[in-house]
Parts: sequence; structure tokens; C-alpha cells
Amino acid sequence: MSFTEILFYVFSAVLVVSALGVITARNPVYSALWLVFAFFNSAIIWMLLEAEFLAIILILVYVGAVMVLFLFVVMMLDIKVEELRAGFTRYAWLGLPIALLVIGEIGSVVWVKSQDDKALGLSSVASPAAYAADYSNTKALGQLLYTEYLYPLQLAASILLIAIVAAIVLTMRKRSGQKVQDIGAQISVKAKDRVRIVKVAAVQPETGNTVEGQS
Amino acid sequence: MNAVPDLIQPVFDFLNLPDWLRLVAWTVMTAVMMFLTIIIFMAFLTLAERRVIGSMQARIGPNRIRLFGLPYFRGLAQPFADVIKLMFKEIILPTGSNKFLFILAPLLTAIPALATWAVMPFWPGFTVANVDAGLLYILALTSTGVYGVILAGWASNSKYAFLGAMRAAAQVVAYEIAMGFALVGVVMAAGSLNLGQIISAQSGGISNWFFIWLFPLFIIYFISGIAETNRAPFDVVEGESEIVAGFHVDYSGMAFALFFVAEYINMILISALTSIFFLGGWLSPFAGVESLPAILTTSGLHWLVFKICFFLFCFLWFRATFPRYRYDQIMRLGWKVFIPLTLVWITVEAVLAVMKIGPFARLMAN
Repeated sequence: MSFTEILFYVFSAVLVVSALGVITARNPVYSALWLVFAFFNSAIIWMLLEAEFLAIILILVYVGAVMVLFLFVVMMLDIKVEELRAGFTRYAWLGLPIALLVIGEIGSVVWVKSQDDKALGLSSVASPAAYAADYSNTKALGQLLYTEYLYPLQLAASILLIAIVAAIVLTMRKRSGQKVQDIGAQISVKAKDRVRIVKVAAVQPETGNTVEGQS
Repeated sequence: MNAVPDLIQPVFDFLNLPDWLRLVAWTVMTAVMMFLTIIIFMAFLTLAERRVIGSMQARIGPNRIRLFGLPYFRGLAQPFADVIKLMFKEIILPTGSNKFLFILAPLLTAIPALATWAVMPFWPGFTVANVDAGLLYILALTSTGVYGVILAGWASNSKYAFLGAMRAAAQVVAYEIAMGFALVGVVMAAGSLNLGQIISAQSGGISNWFFIWLFPLFIIYFISGIAETNRAPFDVVEGESEIVAGFHVDYSGMAFALFFVAEYINMILISALTSIFFLGGWLSPFAGVESLPAILTTSGLHWLVFKICFFLFCFLWFRATFPRYRYDQIMRLGWKVFIPLTLVWITVEAVLAVMKIGPFARLMAN
């Protein structure tokens, strides 16, 4: 077993444990943190496959942005541990068979051989050869995406952009009586709009007469 | 990976190290040396901040503790006194706090701040790890630093700390996209994600430095960098006049010190990155001018340090000058001003490259 293989099994084991942690943790904040840990481990496994661009992007997008917003929402929740415990056994009768089914299917893909020894099984897939030292995953991905798959890429990007706009449009509701700050007006305020400098004539305390020439 | 220099080889020969261990030992040595340098730099940055802002506000600043009791450089040992004080203070765990996350949070802030330095090119041909996608590595690691802040705010079980954490999460999404777009412009101009190659793309005199052709991106990147380090005028996360001290309200002793260390190291990091991306890193602005002394015309670490110090001074200067941004104004600045500006300038840059105008002409060559 090579050093890379040992690393692969170590990080895979940690990945499986952290994935289990996501669904077994009682506290939703811990669940989110387990998920962050799982992302880190899958990034390392991609790194072992020399896919450093995907690995770093996984951390940048999912850990750096998506999970921050997840945590933001989860922390706002009022956590009641007892309620969370109650739900676990209630859905176990449905969840357990599905989990077993999925595990069985994964097992069949990995170990079972079909009749002609081609369609299924790990043995039918050649292990990937290591790339040359000057291989750059980033460059290779970019070259493919922006030449061969340019139109699908642009299409996906447009769909995502439409989705972003749609999400904003759907959640923006015009209601009456809403108080909105006009920041443009706030910034363009000049001192003379807010402060009035008044010259008040000084008054002699004893007589009550105004004093000329002083301020 | 850097080859082991000839200077160190006799030491390794003396220790009788096997070949494979030499490279590992040398890498560990460079990493440790870099860490120590950054920590000491950071320590004196805290002193510089207090002295600089002190003189800007017409007061003196720390001037009591002398280094080894020497009569000059009063206040020079102040950082060491601070460290000793913080080390011997008790770390108080608030009641009802989440103990594990409370201790973990400062570590999660400090580790990414230090780990990012691994890909930094210090002088021609030297980085601890020469990563091809170095810029992405830096972006990925700095974006994880916010976890420490968010978790600290939540684990403290305090409303002020929690408000600070929520602000941090919202602030991150406001400026990080603009920051990424500003770097897209840099990557387009340099044609590489490797930090060393980004610097060498700017070689050949000051007119090739990116800050001239990418001036809007340069300004946006530095302002976003200030927002990322949670420094004034974007320090709503701490906002001492509104939410006491924000996310680290309940922290004391070394746990607080780690947040502090991370903030200052991130300041140095942003300064270093701004100089690498836009001011040519270790390149000399007088390259090729023969009448000047050699130290001014040669590229090297001294130029990078000089540029870093300039940006660090800007950090302190801004803190002493600007009032704090209001929370919703940061959102507006990030989403409505910076993102459209960066998008427009990336388009301008692409058009310049296609029209073969300026230094972007070489981009279309290959």
C-alpha cells in the first residue's frame, strides 16, 4: 500500500465519520460544523486525485460562503434538544430501509461483477495514472470549459443568473407603510441642511438690553 | 518546493540526515522562520499602531517600557509586556457558553491567518510552497477565517457577541464577491494564478505594474481587504460604541490575544497581497535606472517590506481618520457599488486586451 493510498483511506474514514456526525449531532450548529469538516476532507481527497482546482473551489464556495450562511441561519434558530430527539425515532422506520438500500447499491457497484465483467464493479475501471509533474488541473479545466464546453458553460451560467434574479424578485414585496432609507439622499446631505448657525445678540443681565457689537 | 541551499548542507551532513529528510527538514525550517518573522513583525505592528495613532491624535502613546532598560527607543518593549500580561491572565469561560466551541473559535481564526503565508513569494525564487493555484488557495483560506468570529459570537452565549457574529457573516458576503472580481482582473492581466508569476508579469519598470491599468480594482481590493480584516472604518463586528467589543466581548487572556494576533497578521497579509497583485511585489520601481545606488534598483525582499509597511500605515491612517461605516452602508457599498464597478472594469480590460492596447496586448499573443 503506497503512502497516497494510506492517506486516502485515513481521510475517507474521517470523511465518513464526519458525514455520520452531520446526521447524528443533536445540535444543528454541530451538524453544520461536521459538514464543514466533511467538505475539508473531500477537498483533500480531490487533492490526492490531483484535482487541486476543484478541491480549492470546494472550500472557497461551500466552506467560505454557503456554510457561513447556513451557520447564520442555524444560529438564529431556537434550539430545543428534546424536540430534535423526538423526531429521530419517528422517521427511523422509513429512513433505515432507505439507508440500507443505498448502502447495498453502492456495495453492488463496487464489488459485484456483471456477466460480461464490464458494466459494474471496480475491477472494470482502470486506476487513473498519475499526471506529469507540470500538469496543472486548473489550466486543463479552463481549457476544456472555455473551448469544448463553452456553450453549456454559458447556458449554465445564464440559468444560475436567472435563478439569482428570480430569488430576489420573488422575495421582494412592495408593501405599503414600509420605511426605507434613501442612502443617496443621506450621503448628499450638506452641513447647512442640518445645522443652522444663528447669531444671537448678547443681552446685558442686569438691564435686559441687547449689547451691540458683541456676539 | 525549494532546494536545500548549499549553506545548510554541512549542518545536515553533520547531523547525518538521510536525503528524503533533508528536504522535509529544510521546508519545516523555512516555515518556522517565516512564522517567527511574521509574529515579531505583528508584535511591532501593534506598537506602531499605538504610536502612529497616538501622534495623529496629538498624544504620546506607549513610551514607558524600554528594551533591556536601554535609555533610547522608549516603549519599544511594549509588545513583549503585552504578551506577558495576556499570558498570565485567566481565560474566563462564561456560564452557559459552549466550552468546546468557545476555545476552538480563536484557533479557527488564527490558523488560516498563518497558513495563508505558505504561498507568499518573498523574494525572487523563494516561497515556502510554490502552489500553481496560489491565489485560489489564499482566497479559500482567508474565507474560512470568518468561522472563528461567528463561532466565538455564538459560543459566548451573549447577545452583544452574537450581534457581532451576525454582522460578521453578513459583512463577509458583502465584500468577498467584489474582492474575488477584483482578483479576476489581476488574473486576467497576469495570465496565471501563481503569485510568483503574477509578480513576474509586472516586471519591466513601474509602468507595467497593475495598479495603473487596474486602478479601480486596486482601490476596491484594498478597501475590501480592510473590510475583511474587520478594521476601521469597517469594524462593525467589534463596534465598541454599539455592541461593547462585538464577538470577543467575553474573551480574555490568550484566547483574546489569538483574535488580536489573527487580526494583525491578516492586516500584514492584505498589505502583502495588495503589493503583490498591484504594486509588483518584490520588484523595484527604479529597475533599469543606472544612476541610482544598486540597493534601489535591484528587486528583493526590501521592496516588498517597504510596500507592506506603506499599506500598513494606510491601515492605521484610515483608522485614525474615518468614522465607522454604518452596517447597512457596508452592504450597499459591497453589493451596489463595488460589484458593478469591478464588472465594468473587467469588461474594459477585456476590450483593451482584444484591441491590443497597453500591457494587455501580450495576453492575446498566445
